[in-house]
Amino acid sequence: MTTERNRYTEFRPRWYRPRMSTWWWLKRWSSVAFILRELSSIFIAWFIYFFLRLVHALGRGDAAYREFLAWTASPGILALNGITFAFVLFHAVTWFNLAPQAMVVHLGGRRLPGAFVAGANYVAWVVATAFVLWIVGR
Amino acid sequence: MMARKPIEPGLWILFSVGGVVAAMFVPVLLFLFGFAYPLGWLPSPSHTHLVALVGHPLVRILLFIVCTLCLLHAAHRFRYTLYDGLQLQHLQELIVLFCYGVALVGSVAAGVVLWQFG
Repeated sequence: MTTERNRYTEFRPRWYRPRMSTWWWLKRWSSVAFILRELSSIFIAWFIYFFLRLVHALGRGDAAYREFLAWTASPGILALNGITFAFVLFHAVTWFNLAPQAMVVHLGGRRLPGAFVAGANYVAWVVATAFVLWIVGR
Repeated sequence: MMARKPIEPGLWILFSVGGVVAAMFVPVLLFLFGFAYPLGWLPSPSHTHLVALVGHPLVRILLFIVCTLCLLHAAHRFRYTLYDGLQLQHLQELIVLFCYGVALVGSVAAGVVLWQFG
């Protein structure tokens, strides 16, 4: 709403707001890596859609499940899942490596070294992976 | 910069827990159903086995939580991709509505699919 107070005047100071290019992150590898890591979000969402299609097919019977398996073997889906896998691994590794910064653990009055926190995350990852492999593939 | 809203830390916690869940469980599930079974590296599990597994109410509740957290994680991260990557801070409301809206619709869809299972 325009009121008396904020109406345009000739000598009103202008904000200093430098324009940022849309492609600002292309200048440094670290910012390219940052944007790639951010883009992993799209692939996580795709995986959830993919997974729900599996559950839906399972619920509709054996024939629908076979159809789903055939669909996953089509070149387009294999390629998309290949890209998704790369992004998801990138997310997992960067996430675990960052964990020591987000999680400060004290034991006996002393701070646990970051490598220990990251290591614990990797151990949990191995355990979770082994558990899923066992329960699904058994 | 954005004004700090009281809901923001809560969204960050959900983003963060979702990030852990996605990192722990998505790679192995995608490896199995994305490559190992379609390419025949491993024999695909029988329909009966998977139905018995997903048919258990506890498994379905866990899967619903996993799906919802992953979607909220993705929504939060994609929101900041649009803010920072594409420099769209001026479209805040629209982006928030879109990102969490899609996550909400996806979570409801996950709930329906898992609820109606079997």
